This record gives sequence, structure tokens and C-alpha cells, in this order.
Amino acid sequence: MKRVVITGAGTINALGHNVPDTLEAMREGRCGIGELTFRDVDRLAIRIGGQVRGYEPEERFNRQQLSLYDRFTQFTLIAAREAICQAGLEFSGDLAARAGVVLGNSGGGMTTLDENYRSVYEDGKNRVHPFVVPKLMNNAGASHVSMEFNLKGPSFTVSTACASSNHAIAQAFELVRSGASPVMIAGGSESMLCFGGVKAWEGLRVMSKDACRPFSANRNGMVQGEGAGVFVLEEYEHARRRGAEILAEVAGYAMSSDAADIVMPSKQGAARAMRGTLRDAGIDRTQVGYINAHGTGTAANDKTESAAVADVFGRHADNLMISSTKSMHGHLIGGTGAVELLACIMAVRDGIVVPTIGYDEPDPECALDVVPNEAREACVEVALSNAFAFGGLNAVLALRRLPG
Amino acid sequence: MNTKDRVIEIIAEQAVLDPSDVTMDSTLEELGIDSLGLVESIFAIEEEFDISVPFNANEPQQSDFDISSVAAIVAGIERLIQEQKETS
Repeated sequence: MKRVVITGAGTINALGHNVPDTLEAMREGRCGIGELTFRDVDRLAIRIGGQVRGYEPEERFNRQQLSLYDRFTQFTLIAAREAICQAGLEFSGDLAARAGVVLGNSGGGMTTLDENYRSVYEDGKNRVHPFVVPKLMNNAGASHVSMEFNLKGPSFTVSTACASSNHAIAQAFELVRSGASPVMIAGGSESMLCFGGVKAWEGLRVMSKDACRPFSANRNGMVQGEGAGVFVLEEYEHARRRGAEILAEVAGYAMSSDAADIVMPSKQGAARAMRGTLRDAGIDRTQVGYINAHGTGTAANDKTESAAVADVFGRHADNLMISSTKSMHGHLIGGTGAVELLACIMAVRDGIVVPTIGYDEPDPECALDVVPNEAREACVEVALSNAFAFGGLNAVLALRRLPG
Repeated sequence: MNTKDRVIEIIAEQAVLDPSDVTMDSTLEELGIDSLGLVESIFAIEEEFDISVPFNANEPQQSDFDISSVAAIVAGIERLIQEQKETS
């Protein structure tokens, strides 16, 4: 089995339009959640979200590209460009033939759907633009990344709601670890912040009207975000030979299914995914210094996740740190695990553990060190990233600091 | 602006050319318009003239709409405008 490292990272989200800005915002505990601005927002009961602001699509893409790229595809490409540029890779010949891209996404081109449904239902038009289908399909992001960077190996999109990105990164990791491909691009993206997207979530009555406060006793629901995170996963020797900068090692992963309920989380399912990850990576639980929580800020998730961590880590649960960055960038659904992996990279590489902001009151059912409100310095050898999706599909990743 | 000039303008925009560079005997291939560009041009033409163009991208040659040159497209559209005006 090959070792797998991360040699490039890219993002755009409510905290920043690139990785350095996002990491700085996370370190400072800044909140990217604010009033939503889009058409018909006044008809929504939920009017806050982690929207990407100050973003001008015309500065990044030409007119022809924009006619084909939904917002989620635009975010995907922006993050992929940053990651691949950092890795310093160009794909041609055998490398191009073997390298691919696996991305997570849940809603597809929601803005495209929303605009075109509005056009045919509300405005009564009988004709839609010919690119509606290629724009809204969930794999549009992965396909455009493969075209822009000449990636001709295994490429696909994974859709497991809130765990999509972690499942995608796990699949890409497996392809590199097995030797099938020396380099894979992986991550995820989402853009559901449009009228129809938020209206659908409103229906479930799990959304907060004021803030995302994971693990805090006064938490009252989740807040949506949008954006993308993309990484370059590279076989260790391949990276070392070309002198690439290594951000972290991907040590292992595990996936599990609750097989129980379509929306309620399960302690057993979450615990099995975390335990499986430690086993896969050959890591003792005492080596884990930080967990990036799924931490949605709902009553159910946070107490279930806390119980699962206590169950897996036993007495060590009191020594490790666990935080939810969704308090800052919101829940990016299919893209969330990818953006959150940045916090894990910062923990193992820079020794900075990002906080859970908006934390007001301890909850006895979430009695862990959730790094309230302020970042902390710590030497973290291993960090886990949890993702527990609606539908009970779980995926956990483990990052390890590279020795030396 | 007459039908011909408006069609040329739409095709030129799709090809990212100046309308003066689009001649009546140009083919779409010469103008660099691919299959996706063709479908988008037909959409723009339908929107502009409020007509329905009988074009099937699966079998462009079998469609009851000649796309072999700009002149053929203009003639086809003029005919469709006339026909669809009569039936509406």
C-alpha cells in the first residue's frame, strides 16, 4: 500500500476566497454568516447563511464559460485552480491518463434549477436555455475540472448529503493508496443558497434564525453555507521525488451506514466510522489530538456526536479537542467536509486548533473540550474529520502530521 | 434591423466575431461554432423571433431545417416567421 499526502489545497467559502484568507479567518474565529441576499429572500422565514460575498463571476470566467457553469461549478473550479497551482502539477502523458477527480456534491445546480423553474412555472415561459441539463447535473463540477486540467483517469461525483466530500476524498485516497493512480483531485462543493434551496431546508424545521452555535446549550439549529474545497492527493514518493511541499498525510478513513433513520443520527453509526478510521490508519486513539466535528448545531447531532466520541475515545475524550467550524462558514452540505479538512491541516501542520464560535453555555450532554470561541496552540499529531449525513451515511478521515 | 442582420448578429455573438466577419456563404464550422454553440444559437433565435425551430441535435441532417450555411439559416428563419405568423 502506498502512502498518500496532500500537496495542494484550494477553497472559496464565506470566510475567504482562498486558503490563506480562510485559515486566517478560522484562526481569528471570524463569523462569515450574515443576512442572505438573493431574489425573494423576503418570502423566507430563514434569512441568514454563509454566503460567498464580494465574488464577481465575470472576473474569473468568460461569458461562454458562465453560460455553462452553475455557481457550484464555478466554486469547484476556483478551488481546484488554487489547489493544483499550489501542488505545481501539470497533467500530460501517463500522469494525465491515470489522474482523476472525485468530488462530493449534494444538490447539483440548485440556482440553475431555481431560475428555470421560476421561468417556466412563475413566468409561464415555454422554452429554457439549452444548457440547463449540463449546468445542473451533479457531476458538472468534476467534469469541468477534468476538462480544464486534462485529468483522464477515474473521475466521478459522490452524493451522500452532508458526508459527500468525505466520501469523495476517501474514494480518491483509496485510488492513490492502492497504486491505481499517483495523483487524484478530491473535495466537494455546494451552492444551495437560493430561494428554492433555503425554502426546502426551512420545511425540515432544523434551521436557526440567528446563529450556528454547535455544542452550546442554547444552540437552535443549523445554518447553511456555500462554497468548495479541493485538494491534491498524491502518492508520497511521487511528491517527494519532485520536491513538492507536503501539507499533511492522509492516514486513513472509514465509512459506515446507520441503517436506522433517514434524518436522525446514530451514536453507533458515528462511533463505528471513527473506530474504523483509527483501525484503518493504524492509529492508537491516544494519538488523536483534534477532531473537526460534524457539529451542525442541531440538538440531535451535537449530543449524539459527543456521545459517540466519548464512546470511542474513553478517558482520552477529555484530553482531545473537538471543534465545529460550521459556526463560522455554515454547513456547506456536499462541500462541507472539504472546507473543514482545512482546519485539520492547520491543526497538524501549524499546531493551531480552530475554535467553535458562538459558544455561550456548556451543555452537559456535550461535555467535551470544544475549544470555545478562541483558537488554541497545540501540538497535534493526528486530526480526524467527521461527517455524518442525513440518511445515516458516515465518513471519517484521518490526517497525520508528517515527521520532521 | 431586418431578419438577416439580426440572425447574423446572433451567430456572430456565438462565434465571438464581428458581424461584418460573418458572410452569407459562411458555414457554422468555418465560424467555429460547435454542436453546443449551434443549440445555443437556435435557442437565441427562437427567443429573438418568438418562433419554434424544428431542429433535433440528434440528427441535424434529418431536421426540417437547413443549417448548411448562414444563408440557409436566414432563409429557413424567414420561412418559419412567415409560417408561424400565419398559423398564430
